Amino acid sequence: MAAAAAGQRVSESRGLLALPARNRELGLIVLALAITTAGFAAVQLARAQEFASDPLIAAGLFAAAYLSAHIVMRAALPDADAYVLPITAVLTAIGLIEIYRISPQLARDQGVWILVGLALFIAVVVAFRNIRRLEELRYTCGALAVVLLLLTIGLGTEVNGARLWIRVAGLQIQPGEFAKILLVVFLAAYLRERREVLAAPVRQVLGIGIPALRHALPLLILSGLALVLLVAMNDLGTSLLFYVIALAMIYVATGRLLYVGAGLGLFALGAAAALQVAPQVQGRIDGWLNPWVDEQAQCCYQITQSIYTIADGGVLGAGFGRGLILNSSGDTIIPFAQTDFIFSVIANELGLVGVTAVILLYLLLAWRGFRIATTADDGFSKLLAAGLATAVAFQAFVIVGGILRLLPLTGLTLPFVSYGGSSVTANFAIAALLLCVSQRANRERA
Amino acid sequence: MNARISHVFLAVCGALVALIVMTSYWQVVARGSLEARRANVRLVYRDLEIARGSITSSDGVVLAQSVPGRLDGRSVFVRRYPQDGLAAQLVGYSSLVAGRAGLERSLDPELTGSTSDLAGIGTAFDRLRGDTVHGDDVVLRLVASAQRVAMERLTALGVRGSVIVLDPSTGGLLVMASTPTFNPNDGLDAALSNPESPLLNRATQGLYPPGSTFKVVTAASALDAGAVTPDTSFPGPDCIDSGGERLCNYKSRAYGPHTFAYALVHSINTTFADVGAKTGRDALEATMRGFGFFRRIPFDYPPDQTLPSGIFDRNGNLLPATAPIDVPRLAIGQERLLATPLQMAQVAAAVANGGQLVQPEPVLEVRAPDGSVARRPTTVYLGRAMTTETAATLRALMRQVVDEGTGAAAAVQGLDVAGKTGTAETGRAGHNDAWFIGFAPSNAPRFAFAVLVEDVAGTGGDVAAPIAAEVLRALTSQPT
Repeated sequence: MAAAAAGQRVSESRGLLALPARNRELGLIVLALAITTAGFAAVQLARAQEFASDPLIAAGLFAAAYLSAHIVMRAALPDADAYVLPITAVLTAIGLIEIYRISPQLARDQGVWILVGLALFIAVVVAFRNIRRLEELRYTCGALAVVLLLLTIGLGTEVNGARLWIRVAGLQIQPGEFAKILLVVFLAAYLRERREVLAAPVRQVLGIGIPALRHALPLLILSGLALVLLVAMNDLGTSLLFYVIALAMIYVATGRLLYVGAGLGLFALGAAAALQVAPQVQGRIDGWLNPWVDEQAQCCYQITQSIYTIADGGVLGAGFGRGLILNSSGDTIIPFAQTDFIFSVIANELGLVGVTAVILLYLLLAWRGFRIATTADDGFSKLLAAGLATAVAFQAFVIVGGILRLLPLTGLTLPFVSYGGSSVTANFAIAALLLCVSQRANRERA
Repeated sequence: MNARISHVFLAVCGALVALIVMTSYWQVVARGSLEARRANVRLVYRDLEIARGSITSSDGVVLAQSVPGRLDGRSVFVRRYPQDGLAAQLVGYSSLVAGRAGLERSLDPELTGSTSDLAGIGTAFDRLRGDTVHGDDVVLRLVASAQRVAMERLTALGVRGSVIVLDPSTGGLLVMASTPTFNPNDGLDAALSNPESPLLNRATQGLYPPGSTFKVVTAASALDAGAVTPDTSFPGPDCIDSGGERLCNYKSRAYGPHTFAYALVHSINTTFADVGAKTGRDALEATMRGFGFFRRIPFDYPPDQTLPSGIFDRNGNLLPATAPIDVPRLAIGQERLLATPLQMAQVAAAVANGGQLVQPEPVLEVRAPDGSVARRPTTVYLGRAMTTETAATLRALMRQVVDEGTGAAAAVQGLDVAGKTGTAETGRAGHNDAWFIGFAPSNAPRFAFAVLVEDVAGTGGDVAAPIAAEVLRALTSQPT
């Protein structure tokens, strides 16, 4: 019944768009699965001599998981956006295929994480079908985010100098990925409550409106927190990401560029000062500004070999499974290629054409996210969707920008694509929340 | 709020588009210049796709070959050295990690099949088609059986040293041994950290005081200049005064009146100091130049693995021609004079070859993958080191060194060996550099050699001459 209703609601559109949302979603998922199967087949053809395992089983499981998610969508969120889930399917598949190409063993792990991620997706969809229920949990979310970050700082183990992981029961978890979502939920609720008072200045100083201190205080605390993260985690990427998400949401809530400008200025000042005490960050800055000075050194080997790998891909790339990614001992030429540098592997094998497609997929995902934000009719939903869309897109920008030397390199993952359980599952939760907002918006609009 | 959401979206769009622009820069604009950078590991891996030619000794022993392997899903060739450390410094290595050295470096264009323009085009087509590119095979003049004897003898003594044997008329490099050696199959980490520097090719990079072997050069110079004849008489005291310091014979022995010929056979320092003074610095330096001193010996080997011989200052720099030197000490092979074993082998080879110096040549022939001969090096003459008459005189005198003088231990049954010993004191008692240079058979030399043993208690006659005898025996028992 719900599907039929959805069909009438979009009847003003024409052609493919005239189909009910869920049917469009199904069509696009089938297309994504076809791409997945073709990709696996390409890798298998290129590497038949090495790989004994059958990737068709993996492709089959992948298909089953996505189709299950789709069926849940039909029941729980019939009116939600049709594009979010298929976009994640293509991104996840590209990542999985490249990880499979690096190591079938790693791909098995990643496959499990995708299944877990889709299970979490279904759980979130079912639990927060009514997105307003999440708003009530705002303080729980805020507190949980802080706890997760404190845990990371307190119990974290250093990998590559950055303190982003904790070990629980033999698993390495990156709590920051989940804290990010919780923080967006908290901020969305908090800013919806306070946006009037934040937006309306109570007095003028030098012609600039300043809000009451007690309203602005949380923002100052937030800035401080981001810098504490920078120093404590020794990672510029995470703190920059959290901070930019917060600033974007504040801008959406208040419309005051002053906050954004002042915030970025504060962060730049603080970061410059923090560099003095965070050696890992300083090394990353050196490797960013001039990695060619000593290409074998710790600072620069990874980034320079990554750039060679990207350049080698050219316009069309070597093809799935046909690039030169592994060295003679079977390790990746770029250290940690499957996590931090999966983008470089894609650039090598799929070329500029493939990279552009991947970046456009993030753009499409961001577009759907912001569109969901604009169609939502309540402040919390708008802020939540805008914050989540910013989170995914900006995270992709920071890590890829770091790889391309637009920014200092960071330890962030490429959403949906990089190897890693925390990253994959957290991003599926983001997709689920966006769709929950979308359901409510589309239903109310109709 | 919707307008502001659009603003954030526009900012996100800008950021993501910047990524596409930057990727285009790396993949399209900067691609060409990045491809050629030396630190680009991919460049080295790409070389593995070439079936590098083999390196074989003249007696058919494979010293280096490429065997099929796999790298990231593609067929590649891995370099293997079946004889391990037999001629490791000469052959060198071609490694992903350490780069290339030795003949693997100097012959790289031929081994990778990228020599002529025509071959280059063929190679490029092969690569485009995805066909395996085959390099040329190289056959060396090296005689593996004799090389093995040289390595075994040096290794058995547990010494650092070098043995070189040249074909004096063609420059053919028959033996080039250097100990300690390393196994290029095992990677270079251990060799690099070994304080005895096994990677150093002592034949071309080891600089040692030549001691009395240098008397051959002094004698050639004096005979050519007419400063002495074999019959010129000398007084033969135990010691003389030179440059304010005493200069003595071995064990400060006094000989009494004797001829110049006797002085060479018995290596009398006081006489040669006198001969040096009579000959003069200019003539002596001109003869040294004629033998190839003061510049790198030109041959098919990486130039940075070949050091020039000459007179060095304390910092290891070659002294300029104008620097003040003690000529009598130079004449007996002292006075900061340092020579590589290859240089001293060249001295012996020039005497053996009638005074004509030829360029050392490690390669017998280069064979294209189809089996045809791509290159067969011809003899390169480097000039005359002395007159034919002087060379004939020296051959006869050096024959006597083995017959009745200091080089008796080099005698080989049925082979008429000629030579000159050298025992260079390093300043510490019981730590000498022991030399023996020479050629055989003395009337029509087929082999010219230099043997150096670093830092031993014995003399050149005791330590180095028997090694020469063993290696010559291996060479003559070898069917030619």
